[in-house]
Amino acid sequence: MSALKIKKGSNKHSAYNLRPTFSDITERHTLAVLVDNEPGVLARVIGLFSGRGYNIESLTVAEVDHTGHTSRITIVTTGTPQVIEQIKAQLGRIVPVHTVHDLTVEGPSVERELALFKVEGEGEKRVEALRLADIFRANAVDSTLNSFVFEITGAPEKIEAFAELMRPLGLVEMARTGVAALPRGL
Amino acid sequence: MTRQMTGAKMVVQALKDQGVDVVFGYPGGAVLPIYDEVFQQNDIRHILVRHEQGAVHAAEGYARSSGKPGVALVTSGPGATNAVTGLTDALMDSIPIIVLTGQVPTFMIGTDAFQEADTVGITRPCTKHNWLVNDTKDLSNVLHQAFHVATSGRPGPVLIDIPKDVQFASADYIPPQKARTSHYQPQVKGDMQSITDLVAAMETAKRPVFYTGGGVINSGPAASHLLRELVEATGIPITSTLMGLGAYPANGEHWLGMLGMHGLYEANMAMHGCDLMINIGARFDDRITGRLDAFSPHSIKAHIDIDPSSINKVIKTDIPIVGDIAHVLEDLLKVWKSRGRKVNREGIQKWTAKIAEWKKVDCLRFEQKGAVIKPQHALARLEALTKDRDRYICTEVGQHQMWAAQYLGFNDPNRWMTSGGLGTMGYGFPASIGVQMAHPDALVINVAGEASWLMNMQEMGTAMQYKLPVKQFILNNERLGMVRQWQQLLHGERYSSSWSESLPDFVKLAEAFGAKGIICKDPADLDDAIMEMLDHDGPVIFDCLVEKHENCFPMIPSGEPHNNMLLGDASTKDAIKEGGAVLV
Repeated sequence: MSALKIKKGSNKHSAYNLRPTFSDITERHTLAVLVDNEPGVLARVIGLFSGRGYNIESLTVAEVDHTGHTSRITIVTTGTPQVIEQIKAQLGRIVPVHTVHDLTVEGPSVERELALFKVEGEGEKRVEALRLADIFRANAVDSTLNSFVFEITGAPEKIEAFAELMRPLGLVEMARTGVAALPRGL
Repeated sequence: MTRQMTGAKMVVQALKDQGVDVVFGYPGGAVLPIYDEVFQQNDIRHILVRHEQGAVHAAEGYARSSGKPGVALVTSGPGATNAVTGLTDALMDSIPIIVLTGQVPTFMIGTDAFQEADTVGITRPCTKHNWLVNDTKDLSNVLHQAFHVATSGRPGPVLIDIPKDVQFASADYIPPQKARTSHYQPQVKGDMQSITDLVAAMETAKRPVFYTGGGVINSGPAASHLLRELVEATGIPITSTLMGLGAYPANGEHWLGMLGMHGLYEANMAMHGCDLMINIGARFDDRITGRLDAFSPHSIKAHIDIDPSSINKVIKTDIPIVGDIAHVLEDLLKVWKSRGRKVNREGIQKWTAKIAEWKKVDCLRFEQKGAVIKPQHALARLEALTKDRDRYICTEVGQHQMWAAQYLGFNDPNRWMTSGGLGTMGYGFPASIGVQMAHPDALVINVAGEASWLMNMQEMGTAMQYKLPVKQFILNNERLGMVRQWQQLLHGERYSSSWSESLPDFVKLAEAFGAKGIICKDPADLDDAIMEMLDHDGPVIFDCLVEKHENCFPMIPSGEPHNNMLLGDASTKDAIKEGGAVLV
């Protein structure tokens, strides 16, 4: 097919395939999905992921436009490029879904997550926990004589790192919100 | 001008305003108000089925044969759960239907009330979209939107769950023209640059092939018309999936026959050997592709589909075009003509000669000898005796379905109703009732196997009640033929539960319903018996006793590529290798 200059495997004009697909490498993508805030819409999205065997690493949802009744669902998922493309296309098929944005490929974005950590300990461990919390800019939002609850906001990696440090110092429980994300700039 | 009316009346009014003339349904406690309104009008005909699954398949048959959406009306709980198979079938085959279900009153939802089921929860994965209407003032908007969603973009089934108190309460009725517009507006025009790329590929390709599917039928008559023009003008050979039969006529010069697992040798060889594959409204289903890593290894693949998720789902596409088939083909023809109507004549000539060699294999040949009717022969005779009539064919699922696809010729779209994606045994009979309702004067035949047919045989009551002269052409081998064939090939001829014991006497069964029954076992009587069936003005059960252990060929064994087909019984030994045995 030399005359055409389309190489097998090229996809230059497809809005759905700006990158090569069908590779075996698993990627992590953050998707922002704007939906009508109607009953069952979250079940549709989650049902799509479970029914077709896709992964959800984290998912957050809240109504973001109270007059237009639209919600923003932020999904962090992993898969091969082909699976990621399928996920986006399948999400796009859901009738109450307005738009699907892949923040991972559509330019730089900020990702933030909020987490609460309950850390139990006395003496030197307690002081060390407080010191590390200060370094990570985590706030103590609850305190007893032998425990703290820290609130920390940041990218998922930062929260992971903080959790690793707290574990030997007496981490007993934690709660995470999942990722909220927005593209940078205008 | 808005009018106050009850929710139940709104349902009937909205159906009328949407141009619905027939509804298939079954009443029950939670839909009584709607049935009361149906009773008090004459514009919409209600067809009482004998099981809710039948209502949904009948609506599917109506939709597929007419191009209009089909409507079914059932009650809550078991009424809704019985509709699930039909909804899934319509989703897999992209058939526009609207299913209305009754629900317990809103204040009882969640209390495990009598005949309560979480209908929207159960049907969420098997509908294109569904709604639970909690307030009568939302109902007319939802009804109109349901028709829009079912018929726009890739068509599909939708469901509206209507609690009984919402049916009783009153609100303003909003007519379709004033209904809230939906943001759901799928793209219908294809990208011109991609279309131009495809034209450029068509101009130079030496071994091009069109691979068409149900999308052409779903797009409407204009798409079939444009497809024919394109094929005739370019001379590029064309094959089709099971779902797409009739879009290009079976008696057309460039027709290769159906492709896929039980497709024709020449069609599959052409797919394997082509250098340009133009997929128009098909979805690279596993029945088509066979082994993926050996699927058409040397071709550039173009894919036209209205659903972006179909593109690159299983097969990597080089020229993807998202859009409605009719719109894309119109643009494609325009571009091709404006660039001077070029094709690689010399290449296509050689290609056609190669295909002619494959055709000489004559993969559908069979020999009718002896005292037992071969199923292929029965269908060949049915074809010969009915092909010139205004004919619609439905099928159940199994060997008979594949034989019907192979031996019957479809020269027009919307003439062939078969459960492709879901493979629903019991589909064909109720579907034939829906087809006959859409085309009261046409000849409607359901080609069936005895096992499939028994799954929805209660619909004989429906056929009799409404005097629908549907012909049930049963190829009776007293076996679950396709299951048995796989057990022969894969499971050491251990025929586990694949025979039909204690079969009814189909003639007596027909007579019990007040219908006509015909039994035929002698090849010499076959033509007369078929004529007797055709001449009878009313439903007929035709019990055609056929060869019991006939296998369906050609066959691409599971896990094998297109160029490795089984052509007859002699080639079946060890045909399926270890990896293929786990596939279905």
